[in-house]
Amino acid sequence: MTAPLLSVRNLRVEFPNRRARLVAIDDVSFEIGRGEILGLVGESGAGKSVTGAAIMGLLEPPGHMTGGEIRLDGTRIDTMPIDQLRRIRGKRIGMVFQDPLTSLNPVYRIGAQITETMRVHANISEADARARAIALLAEVGIPAPENRIDAYPHELSGGMRQRVVLALVLCTEPELIIADEPTTALDVSVQAQIIALIKALARNRGTSVMLITHDMGVIAEVADRVAVMYAGRIAEIGPVRDVLKAPQHPYARGLMGAIPSLAKKAAGHDGRLTLIPGNMPRLSAIPEGCAFNPRCGEAIDRCRAERPSLLPAATSHVACWRVTS
Amino acid sequence: MIAYILKSVGQAILVLVVVAALAFSMFRFIGDPVANMAGQEASQQDRRELAERLGLNDPVPIQFARFLANAAFGEFGMSYRQGRKVSALIAERMPATVELAVLSALLATGFGTLLGVYTAIRRNSWGAHIVMGISLIGVSLPTFLIGIGLIYLFAVELKWLPSFGRGETVKLGWWTTGLLTPSGRASLIMPVLTLGFFQLTLIMRLVRAQMLETLRTDYVKFARARGLPESRIQFRHALRNTLVPVVTIAGLQLGSVIAFAIITESVFQWPGLGALFVQAVQFVDIPVMAAYLMFVAVVFVVVNLIVDLTYVLLDPRLKSSTAVVGGGK
Ligand SMILES: Nc1ncnc2c1ncn2[C@@H]1O[C@H](COP(=O)(O)OP(=O)(O)OP(=O)(O)O)[C@@H](O)[C@H]1O
Ligand SMILES: [Mg+2]
Repeated sequence: MTAPLLSVRNLRVEFPNRRARLVAIDDVSFEIGRGEILGLVGESGAGKSVTGAAIMGLLEPPGHMTGGEIRLDGTRIDTMPIDQLRRIRGKRIGMVFQDPLTSLNPVYRIGAQITETMRVHANISEADARARAIALLAEVGIPAPENRIDAYPHELSGGMRQRVVLALVLCTEPELIIADEPTTALDVSVQAQIIALIKALARNRGTSVMLITHDMGVIAEVADRVAVMYAGRIAEIGPVRDVLKAPQHPYARGLMGAIPSLAKKAAGHDGRLTLIPGNMPRLSAIPEGCAFNPRCGEAIDRCRAERPSLLPAATSHVACWRVTS
Repeated sequence: MIAYILKSVGQAILVLVVVAALAFSMFRFIGDPVANMAGQEASQQDRRELAERLGLNDPVPIQFARFLANAAFGEFGMSYRQGRKVSALIAERMPATVELAVLSALLATGFGTLLGVYTAIRRNSWGAHIVMGISLIGVSLPTFLIGIGLIYLFAVELKWLPSFGRGETVKLGWWTTGLLTPSGRASLIMPVLTLGFFQLTLIMRLVRAQMLETLRTDYVKFARARGLPESRIQFRHALRNTLVPVVTIAGLQLGSVIAFAIITESVFQWPGLGALFVQAVQFVDIPVMAAYLMFVAVVFVVVNLIVDLTYVLLDPRLKSSTAVVGGGK
């Protein structure tokens, strides 16, 4: 068996502050295969974005990795010197941020930003880069790309800008794209288009995607596998159909009860995950044992004393004593 | 774009007319020009004739129009005190002030931007802490104290630099310059430092704050995620966005360099317009005061105009205020 494209092992990320060392990611492990789309879901503050930033090597100080390893195609990238990592960032791993309105530099034409990225990562002439940029803009669905390439970001709508961002990420033909809530900032009517575009691009090019979202409808539509995060840990990870249809972790079950379809969303449902009573604990007050135990209706003594490991259960892996013991 | 420029120019003209009205009203409300020019012994007859000759009997709007027309050509009449044409006085004094102000402005913007970027990028380094500490002096010490301190150190104690005057100057047409002689250059050093230091620290702190802000934006994060080299992110992506707001405030500040020049010129006995103005105030020499007022206004307005236009070059969002193109289709 060949190595998975991305492998995250026992990842631990801490944000030290004056009083304590807050553990934002605690012993998280998962893999993404070539061409696979992994969905990452969980409540706000669960650690989804921090996981993405850790993979990119872009954790905001004082945040830093205090344990675990990240491998791309078998090679460790978390310990790489910055100038080597820079050749992976943007080249082999691309990242799409939440807000396309602010992701593009307002003072440069979009074409210049695309060719700049290409020329930083590959030895290619300005003219060739420009020709490829136009082709890319066409591929992400921008009409009249040979004119739009000279537009400034403010001259494009939100949906168009997110397409440009996708073109920017794709221009170096990355093997993995980390998309952190790529549609949250967009109009509901545009969201489905962008999601469909990401799926099509990934499928056509065989690119792997880690798709971070609040939106279970989106996961159902595009992901192959899904990981449910809670308080910096993975509660359940498995094939999307199984996790969505028959979630095993009580937290995952609660989430799935709250799935709005894209159709329902268009009708006004905001798609946020709100059905489980209570709130996720603050990083400074994560309970002993299973982090979910105070909100869990099925907690037993062991859940309050011992942290459950992520163990195989049916087709998935689940971190719950009720399921795996 | 053209509308934007026209609007800027229109505003500039409006400001100048308002200032001209102020200058004009000085003639009418401060002192009596006839008494000033005719002297004590003049007869009633002489006074009436002089008033007639000066056009003081015409309706006010006509007098104002005449004032404007003359001002447009730099004519403000005769100095009460020196009996010479004000335009000649101004032309004689202007090179000293312009040289001083322009050099100070270059010093302030150049080093201000450089140090601002440095202290932002290396914000935890020793160098940055030291620069920030020194800049506190510039912000908090009054200009004249810095000037006197410099004179004490470099002129009195070390005797390296002259403490007053322009040194030897060279005539280039009607312009005189101190830049072409060693003594002229030596004389410029301390006044330029004194006048530029406050602006330098101000611009530096401004650039630093703005740069730190810009380095936190999403497009800088995205640029990092695209794997661009850090130097390119800092100097291409962050700096240009930093300069957009900095240019405005720096521009306004540089206009005030001319105003601050009065103090510096007094400290260093610099033969410039500021010194001329101080004398004019002492002797209620209205035409000279009016001319100086207009000169400062013109400098402010021109600097502002340049700022407005630079803005367009730096920020494409101002160039095309066209509506958003294309929907999310
Ligand atoms: N720069 C930081 N300093 C301190 N704590 C941070 C920082 N960034 C993130 N955290 C903490 O790490 C935890 C995980 O944050 P993260 O942004 O990954 O959440 P998320 O799952 O992406 O949430 P959302 O859905 O709101 O984006 C949060 O508790 C947050 O407070
Ligand atoms: Mg997030």
